Amino acid sequence: MILVRAVARRLATAAVVLWAAATAAYLALLLAPGDTVDNIIGDGPDTPVIRAQIIAEWRLDRPEVVQYLDYLRRALLGDLGRSYLLQRPVGDVLGEHLPATVTLAVAAALIGVVLALVVALLTAGRRPLLRRGASAGELVLVSTPGFLIGIVLLNVFSFQLGWFPVAGGQSVAALVLPAVTLALPIAGVLAQVLRDGLERALEEPFVVTARSRGIRERAVVARHALRHALLPAITLVGWLSGILLGGTVITEQVFGRPGLGQVTLQAVTAGDMPVVLAVVLLSAAVYVAVSTLADLSYLLVDPRLRRSGT
Amino acid sequence: MTTTQATRTAGSGLAAVAAGTGAPRRRTVRPGLAAALGFLALTALAVLWPGLLAGDPLAADPLGVLRPPSAGHWFGTDHLGRDVLDRVVHGARHSLTIGIAATLLAAGAGVLLGVLAGMAHRLADEALARSFDALSAFPLLLLALLFIALAGPGTVSLIIAIGIATMPHYARLVRAQTLVVRRSGYVEQAVSFGASRARLVARHVLPNVLGPVPVLAVIGLGEAILAAAGLSFLGMGPQPPAPEWGAMLAEGRNYLRVAWWAAILPGVAVTLTVVSLTVLGRRLQQRFEGRHA
Amino acid sequence: MATPLVRVEDLHVTFHTPRRDVAAVRGVGFEIRRGECLALVGESGSGKSVTARTLVGLAGPHARVRAGTLQLDGRDAQAFTPGDWRRVRGRFAGLVLQDALVSLDPLRTVGDEVGEVLGAHGLVAARQRPERVRGLLERVHVPEPARRARQHPHQLSGGLRQRALIASALAGEPSLLIADEPTTALDVTVQAQLLRLLGELRDAGATLLLISHDLAVVAQLADRVLVMRDGVVVESGATAQVLGEPQHPYTRLLLAAVPSASSRGRRLSAPVTAVPRTLPVAEVDPSVTVAAVSGLHKAYGGHEVVRDVGFRIARGETLGLVGESGSGKTTVAQLLFGTLAPTAGQVLFEGVPWSGVSERSRRPLRRRMQLISQDPLGSFDPRYPVERIVAEALEPGLDRRARRGRVVELLDRVGLGADLLDRYPRQLSGGQRQRVAIARAVAPRPSLLICDEPVSALDVSVQAQVLDLLADIRAQDGTALLFISHDLGVVHHLADRVLVMHDGRVVEQGPVGDVFTLPRHPYTRGLVDALPTLSARPRPPGPTVPGRRP
Repeated sequence: MILVRAVARRLATAAVVLWAAATAAYLALLLAPGDTVDNIIGDGPDTPVIRAQIIAEWRLDRPEVVQYLDYLRRALLGDLGRSYLLQRPVGDVLGEHLPATVTLAVAAALIGVVLALVVALLTAGRRPLLRRGASAGELVLVSTPGFLIGIVLLNVFSFQLGWFPVAGGQSVAALVLPAVTLALPIAGVLAQVLRDGLERALEEPFVVTARSRGIRERAVVARHALRHALLPAITLVGWLSGILLGGTVITEQVFGRPGLGQVTLQAVTAGDMPVVLAVVLLSAAVYVAVSTLADLSYLLVDPRLRRSGT
Repeated sequence: MTTTQATRTAGSGLAAVAAGTGAPRRRTVRPGLAAALGFLALTALAVLWPGLLAGDPLAADPLGVLRPPSAGHWFGTDHLGRDVLDRVVHGARHSLTIGIAATLLAAGAGVLLGVLAGMAHRLADEALARSFDALSAFPLLLLALLFIALAGPGTVSLIIAIGIATMPHYARLVRAQTLVVRRSGYVEQAVSFGASRARLVARHVLPNVLGPVPVLAVIGLGEAILAAAGLSFLGMGPQPPAPEWGAMLAEGRNYLRVAWWAAILPGVAVTLTVVSLTVLGRRLQQRFEGRHA
Repeated sequence: MATPLVRVEDLHVTFHTPRRDVAAVRGVGFEIRRGECLALVGESGSGKSVTARTLVGLAGPHARVRAGTLQLDGRDAQAFTPGDWRRVRGRFAGLVLQDALVSLDPLRTVGDEVGEVLGAHGLVAARQRPERVRGLLERVHVPEPARRARQHPHQLSGGLRQRALIASALAGEPSLLIADEPTTALDVTVQAQLLRLLGELRDAGATLLLISHDLAVVAQLADRVLVMRDGVVVESGATAQVLGEPQHPYTRLLLAAVPSASSRGRRLSAPVTAVPRTLPVAEVDPSVTVAAVSGLHKAYGGHEVVRDVGFRIARGETLGLVGESGSGKTTVAQLLFGTLAPTAGQVLFEGVPWSGVSERSRRPLRRRMQLISQDPLGSFDPRYPVERIVAEALEPGLDRRARRGRVVELLDRVGLGADLLDRYPRQLSGGQRQRVAIARAVAPRPSLLICDEPVSALDVSVQAQVLDLLADIRAQDGTALLFISHDLGVVHHLADRVLVMHDGRVVEQGPVGDVFTLPRHPYTRGLVDALPTLSARPRPPGPTVPGRRP
């Protein structure tokens, strides 16, 4: 019962945040300098017919309240509008490019998490030299722009060694370098957080108790410390989704991969606002969904939170 | 919920600060700090007086294009025969100006809104807190792209876009801190000495809330510089031939196969700057925590 | 009985820190014989816990252990490999730490924690483990063991949790049970139950090493006592002898510092002299009411934490308020202080309505009521040095020199020197912090001082000094005290009248002597009975223990 209430609370919060995000995006479009119709057309063909179409679709001839409510209604129904530049529904454009981007993001997330776990487990509480070296490596990864990582990898593994294709393609080989590029900074952050969590947990009294039972150090880490180290990492999952979505834009550009990022860039350059708005809203929705899932999984991992509604 | 929110602050360095993680808790490597400070001093000089360190970043030499690093051109030359080192030095001004201005904007607005929310009554606080949440739901890069799509590319757009996108980090931290201080034992004690509300805010709340902001801002600056370089790389920042680091890398990318230096060295400048800022920020954070926590 | 279970001679434990080496234990020697209960007592930093943990090889990653002899069950532990140590842990010795909320893994079920030893040493097959865990929980008198085993530590009460922790230490049937402050975080009635359980185990033949700061707890359980201070054993012997006829000045100082009924009117703190030094007497003027509280209620979302509480405090009077955790005593303090608003009822302070009014209208009298909390650190602005902390309480409008003069005066009054003026709160010891808090609280010459567990976090000798200080101030200034504590001994020592709170209600009140010697309410009776006293309990017949070795 209490668990149900906790879940309901988080879902309600997520809904409020989503609504506020949609409103913010809408306000940005309305408050932008210049005529709203012009903004929506962007660099697309500008004819009276299209202008009338836009006014009809966005209800620009109606009071602002109606415009806004209709916008929310459409967003809620998943109707992302129409790109007047591409002369296609936005939903079709995104749908076509979504799989490539999702593949890249998921591959990067997996590589990043696995790498971070391995590094953290190998270095937590170990010899200072090893630990310090890993720390320095993570710092450099976190501080390096994604496009630089991509270009260095491209230069070494594609140009010099010729192990991977230079650009484009849907093959698995073409996925490796972009995914690693996107994964490295993530691994850097996660490894830091995980190691810190592990070391913190290993100093807790319950670890002394566990050791006093005569269990192996490996079991101390696996059964006790790791779970505690995962808690702060879970809270970063929302942030992770944001980094992945933003990072794909740059990574796809560096490697010339087709995907949502390329679509976004073209839309930004051409001022194709329906597409830009849709991408931004989609990314906010993903962020909120992932964060809410993370919050809920927190409830699963940490039984202490199930009791109170906080 | 509060812990999750505090730690879920978007952004690598910022997330680490807010979660109190990331910083090594024991000893720092002093040589690292010294190197970081040295590099930052050099960068500051390049921002304030680039002419002292380097020649004309726009001087093209059609006869000496894509030359590898040599005694004459330490960083080599690019596809127009411009000296890469000269351009990297002059680029510091572009990249850092955007980063610093965006960070000031974000920290200023964030502190204001955060304190406002923390001191406000429950309903107003809740509304503000949710809008911080909503704003940070947008990935930094995409929010900035939305802004640029509406306002057009360029330095000012970049500053405002990054400023708006990073503002919620500061606002959330300051709000959380304000709530903590407001309920602290020492504010309670000050009430018992008859202090007025205005006096409480001025004497106790503000100083204790503002303390961690500069530390956060140093690390946040690194992140702003990274974001600015990324957006410039995508062509949304200062336009060519301005020597911005990200833009230089985008230009040099086309000649990567024959001249890696023109693309990679400007990128290394970004990395070194951000690493130095992070090292400094963590050191400041440790000192700060040593004094307070 | 040939070989003692544990033999330690000339034990040294040194901790390496980047700045310096800290010698935590310096030349300690003792034996633990089979079937006996040995106690290590001392204040914080005495090295008692480190000594105990050395016996299971868990002194810490930065500790260096060196000993003339370190024998466990006749084997030389200094030659142990990590594997040997693992076999010792859980099988030779089980460890019980303070506060099971953090000493049991909060993310795992109680059953998993209790059963972990069984798996680690391959004692019981996985399938039979739940059955064995139930048996273990039953042995430590946990009701509904099957259900409890499936729950997580935070779902158990403090007492049950601690029992589960003991069960987890007993699971491997160790020859030695090491209990490190096993009852410290518990309420007095729960502590009494736990002491009974440990006594039961001892009487059943278990060998016990008990580590405690609380002499009364030691008196209940131990056959022999080692008194430690600064890493050295200053005195050892049979419990009755050490506590009854202490030889070493430090032991005497510790014993004299314990507040109780018999210490009323006497100074608790050093120096110990043949003639007890008396405390100045505070003058109580019953005709003048400083604060009056009537019909006070406080509810949070339908849950009442304070119900119908009423009392008055006369000028110069010390009113004790006792109760266990969750009884609502701190809420009463906050309602009186004005940081919480009551749901119903009224507070009058110096005849003026104090509740239900704005903070602005309280301001004229604000400085007449002051608060000292258990955690002085939290009540100091971390950016302020001591001078500024105390100066904040001074009347406004003093010039800088006059202000400094007054601060030095106040510090002197609480026994602190002017050398602390520029220190920051973090740089002070616990006792110093509480003195600074007192100096600040008495600066405005309040008519009422609310003390909320002011000595609970302090070592007994420091507690003694602070209690003496409060008694002096009360007598000199005529300040009334509302003294809140979970410790009946402290209240009995200091208070004139006492209120006993339980479940948000005042169940009994009256002069402190009457209430504690002839309690009328069953709850008060339970509290008083649960209080461990310094007189050692005679041991019921059981395995005989050889007398004190020379």
